Amino acid sequence: MFDSIDMSLVDWSRGQFALTAMFHWIFVPLTLGLSFIVAFMHTIYVRTGDEEWKRITKFWMKLFGINFAIGVATGIILEFEFGTNWSNYSWFVGDIFGAPLAIEGILAFFLESTFIAVMFFGWNKVSKRFHLTASWLTAFGASLSAVWILVANAWMQHPVGTVFNPDTARNEMINFWDVIFSEVAVNKFLHTISSSFLLASIFVIGISAWFLLRKKEVLFAKRSTVIASVFGFITAIATIATGDTSARIVAREQPMKFAAMEALYEGQTHAPLVAIGAMRTDTTNYPNPREEFIFKIEIPNALSYMVFLTPSGFIPGISDLVYGNEEQNFMSYEERIERGAVAIQTLKELKKAKERGDQVSYDALREKFSDPIWIDQYYQHFGFGYYKGRELMELIPNVKLNFYSFHVMVILGGHFLIFTLLVLWLSLKNRWGNHKWLLWVALITMPMPWIASQAGWVLAELGRQPWVVYELMPVITAVTRLKPVAVQLTFWIFLVTFTLLFIAEIRIMLAQIKKGPGGE
Amino acid sequence: MLNNIFRFYYEGFRKMTWGRRLWGIILLKLFIMFAILRLFFFPDLLKRDFDSDEERASHVLEQITNP
Ligand code: HEM
Repeated sequence: MFDSIDMSLVDWSRGQFALTAMFHWIFVPLTLGLSFIVAFMHTIYVRTGDEEWKRITKFWMKLFGINFAIGVATGIILEFEFGTNWSNYSWFVGDIFGAPLAIEGILAFFLESTFIAVMFFGWNKVSKRFHLTASWLTAFGASLSAVWILVANAWMQHPVGTVFNPDTARNEMINFWDVIFSEVAVNKFLHTISSSFLLASIFVIGISAWFLLRKKEVLFAKRSTVIASVFGFITAIATIATGDTSARIVAREQPMKFAAMEALYEGQTHAPLVAIGAMRTDTTNYPNPREEFIFKIEIPNALSYMVFLTPSGFIPGISDLVYGNEEQNFMSYEERIERGAVAIQTLKELKKAKERGDQVSYDALREKFSDPIWIDQYYQHFGFGYYKGRELMELIPNVKLNFYSFHVMVILGGHFLIFTLLVLWLSLKNRWGNHKWLLWVALITMPMPWIASQAGWVLAELGRQPWVVYELMPVITAVTRLKPVAVQLTFWIFLVTFTLLFIAEIRIMLAQIKKGPGGE
Repeated sequence: MLNNIFRFYYEGFRKMTWGRRLWGIILLKLFIMFAILRLFFFPDLLKRDFDSDEERASHVLEQITNP
């Protein structure tokens, strides 16, 4: 059946999902970060009673409101797509995407709409303390509402805490805490949240730099910059630290993603880290084209050191994973495909036995799905079974995209650390704003965290390919067999709608920024 | 108490200036999403096409065991 699957359907469905997820992610990190920055400013106002801090708080609250209003609910579209375009997948993931996501959605909606209303309408109407509490609850509520979707994503990267029920074809949660506190989930949450805080800080520094360049609202801009640079510098450190842990986890749990993001084809000990590089595709090796470096700058031993804290650690390359490496205990993909095919066949026979009413065969087959040894030997390779008779190449993610997205993110991460430290230092010495060119740097830096953040998601999601659920369900199985033209139509509808929303966001924000903190 | 909450919201919305345009956008967006996209383009297929969870499970099993 999958031989005949129209790959353009898979590509369009993936393209549509990527488009909507990436548009959604324009708004989310700014909401997450700006809400905290507003809460800090509001706290200073309540503590000092200084009217300038009130103006400052109100201005950034306004920008927060615009971004929230335009972005809110854009994520629900992703859930629509699960049900329509990825129906096999949404059934297969069962509990993980079901009730908790819905409960969280409803809870977050009520929490947010109550506290955001108090935040905006509460000036001079409710007590200062209650008003401030609403600002803080809005900030925590926003981050809280990101928890489950990130946990669900982490589960797709590293499925734990569940068992597959062959009768219902669903994964059932057996240990909630294993799911929510898996190392992947916790770290993903921390990296996403800290990078979003950093993004918002750089946004505030950038907009404030615009005021300073025009020599307007200088006190407002300088105070805003101090808050944002403190928050930005701390969260830049947190982003890099959690990113480093992410990379180590990826190396252990998703070695193919790790090999792809470093474009490492042959595994080695003393593996160097490519600091910067550019690639071209060598097609002479058909049907196994490789990406080759045109140039690269390497840090000797750094990759092995980063993962194992010793240079003698062996980092598997793409070839070791595809063709196997007995010495290092990596089973070849051929073997995994065979084992996966056995698991799929077992599931098929179980279904037939049940339909025939053959209880004895059914019981014997059912037993396997709860036998840890069988699970380890066969079910663990389930997804590979779909690649029987297909090109092994299909099991390798896009190396170029993984490499570039990882390196762009890391290089920008370094830039943000130096940048926020510099802004903080100059701000504390009251010299921020003295050098015009630095203000321009701040303006140019402003869109960069969005690039880093999107690159992070590209790496996380494309690096996992071809899997939707890691090594259990590939995209070719997850996708609903729709007509590609139907998916194309909705793709274009989304593109137009989201572009309009994005233009609206920029225009309304610019209008408010031009009015400045004084305008209504 | 309820009256106070109602007045709080009512006054808030009434005195809104720049926020009105945002509400317009939110409502238009929700309308496009739920009344157009959800209804006409994004049905929950398994919910729509099958009556019981058994039928859904059987359909998905059929799909994922026929590579
Ligand atoms: C030196 C710095 C950084 C390192 C080593 C790093 C590392 C990583 C790694 C390995 C992933 C993939 C995780 C996975 O596939 O599960 C990732 C994802 C991501 N990164 Fe970074 N990152 C860094 C900086 C940044 C910066 C500066 C931003 C944004 C401002 C950012 C935003 C993201 C986002 C949004 C994701 C996707 C969510 C996730 O999987 O955690 N990262 N990062």
